[in-house]
Amino acid sequence: MKKVMTGNEAAGIAAKLARVQVVSAYPITPQTTIVENLSDMIGRKELRARYMPMESEHSAMAGVIGASLAGARAFTATSSHGLVYMHEMLHYAAGARVPVVMVNCNRALSPPWNLYCDHTDSLAQRDTGWCQYYCADAQEVLDAILIAYSVAEQALLPVMINMDAFYLTHTSELVDVPNQEAVDTFLPPYTPSNKVDVDDPKTFGNVCGADLFASIKYRRHWHTLLLEKLWDSTAIKFADHFNRLHPTVEAYRTEDADVCVVGIGTAGGAMRLAVDRLRKEGLNAGSLRLAMMRPFPRVRFEKAISTVRHLIVIDRDVSFGAEGILAQEMKAFLFDRHADVKFTGFIAGVGGKDISAETTAGLVRQALFGNGTAVEAGTSFWTDVLL
Amino acid sequence: MNEHAPHNRELFTPGHLGCPGCGATLGMRQVLSALGEDTILVMPAGCWSTLIGIYPYSCLTVPVVSVAFASTAAVASGIKAGLSVQGNDHTSVVAWAGDGGTFDIGLQALSGAAERNNDILFICYDNEAYMNTGVQRSSATPAGAWTSTTPDSALKDQRKKNIVEILAAHGIPYAATVNIGAPEDLECKLKKAKDIRGPRFIHLFAPCPTGWGYASELTVEIARLAVKSRVFPLFEVFDGQTWQLSPMTDKIGVDAYLKYQRRFRRMSAEQCAHFQMQVDEDWRRLLDRCQAKSSLAHT
Repeated sequence: MKKVMTGNEAAGIAAKLARVQVVSAYPITPQTTIVENLSDMIGRKELRARYMPMESEHSAMAGVIGASLAGARAFTATSSHGLVYMHEMLHYAAGARVPVVMVNCNRALSPPWNLYCDHTDSLAQRDTGWCQYYCADAQEVLDAILIAYSVAEQALLPVMINMDAFYLTHTSELVDVPNQEAVDTFLPPYTPSNKVDVDDPKTFGNVCGADLFASIKYRRHWHTLLLEKLWDSTAIKFADHFNRLHPTVEAYRTEDADVCVVGIGTAGGAMRLAVDRLRKEGLNAGSLRLAMMRPFPRVRFEKAISTVRHLIVIDRDVSFGAEGILAQEMKAFLFDRHADVKFTGFIAGVGGKDISAETTAGLVRQALFGNGTAVEAGTSFWTDVLL
Repeated sequence: MNEHAPHNRELFTPGHLGCPGCGATLGMRQVLSALGEDTILVMPAGCWSTLIGIYPYSCLTVPVVSVAFASTAAVASGIKAGLSVQGNDHTSVVAWAGDGGTFDIGLQALSGAAERNNDILFICYDNEAYMNTGVQRSSATPAGAWTSTTPDSALKDQRKKNIVEILAAHGIPYAATVNIGAPEDLECKLKKAKDIRGPRFIHLFAPCPTGWGYASELTVEIARLAVKSRVFPLFEVFDGQTWQLSPMTDKIGVDAYLKYQRRFRRMSAEQCAHFQMQVDEDWRRLLDRCQAKSSLAHT
């Protein structure tokens, strides 16, 4: 059934369709309507689950970890400072191999206070061991949460579904809501092989010597690398059921592209429009939206850039003293593989500034021809800076 | 006095890595004996997270979840919720944290679980400092005690935080103090706690020969002196309102308790007198509370 709804409403409906059994959360703008809606669905018994109104995000993540260890399907949502406050427990969740799914509403970090879109919050969690997926629209938010539970429960690793603050969280769009029976077929109940159980007592996270420690981490690293293929195969299965495909990388007109602009989140739409304009100007342009950021989608990324001579990345984030985080990720991938590819990194749209098609086209022109308003800082160029 | 048959299955098996005379290991054995095998333990960092044994070994035969320091009560609440939605309302989910993991870094999550009325049993084994990391001060360290961060040049000035009053102020159904030197009282209270639903708090006094500086064979004696001197009186609080004293022998002075422990040896006569004054004051307040509610006392 098609309905007009915000990304946050889509997230709550997806959690309900996934039949989550425990929701453990703490409110933060702009995530609030997700957990408000879920608490109401649970209160009205439309969703048979426990709602745990935790006293902090650290405890919210601890709560879903506990519930998942006990064998329940668990969900939480947060944003910005909440996500950063969870940092310790994010490491714990991945290490404990709990298949929890969390929605993060990408919002800037203070100071100064700012409620708007910025990807530094989640990208700064890239080393915690979570699978990270970034959505482009409300439909993708709904669908990705369902795919995420399937992926998480196959891999026994947690998945973070990211959506841009306000661009997605509070903007209404037409969303096709699948029916419960179809979702139940795609996503059967969670039946863990390993859980905290008095009839089969085990230790979880006990002290461990260096020999076994390395082996445990090595296995986890491999399982995390495999998430790229697992997501894509699960997404194809999802498409078989629902006729919508959500791959790890969304490529647009890259088949013959010489120049390719790369970004994440809602900027994908503007990037496609910019590509069309640049093509009219005679440039062989293409665009890539990285939906998956952890693990880095090596296979699809490499395939998509096979003809590209110049990669232009737009980071809505920064690693201070280095450069944009996407830029670092891509350079790390390109090193020793595509040393001949030219690379330009921009930092744009931080703190909610719109990244329009015109902005994007302008950045591509600046990267190619040198004239533009973005100012240099180390190896990257910043837009919208007052000097 | 010990009319209960011993538990038919020992849940604490040989091989723990605790120091000789460790009060916290005695406490665990007594607690598990009272609670039985339908128990899940949630443990943050602390002595017990290491002395359980190195993976894949464990001296405990119940499930143990080792968690991040600040998260104990929240993970325990999550486990309980996870079990409950699957139809299991009988298993005791027990948070087992030291004083650092309770009085300090774990307090926010504990307060949250208490306020939400989550059905967990939180047990603090209190050895009055961060013993696992080498005897650093916690907010459970008593005034006048040496620790590695309150050295002889700067003994602790501040009194110990009153954790049971804090939990009682949440109005939780049950809070009690227990002591490894009074195992029958401990067993009785743990069994009572097991059968109550909602958040329950047990403050377990666990002397530490390594950190307190006394001969390891004196652990039980020191635990008993703490009760006799009223440094650690035994009582229960029902619903945060009804305070009830447990049976105790006549009160003795704190000197008998302090003198065995090297951590107190630098205390001046004035500091000792102040320590006694504080104990007397706390004791009077406790008696007032118990008497005020004596007509409502639970059995």
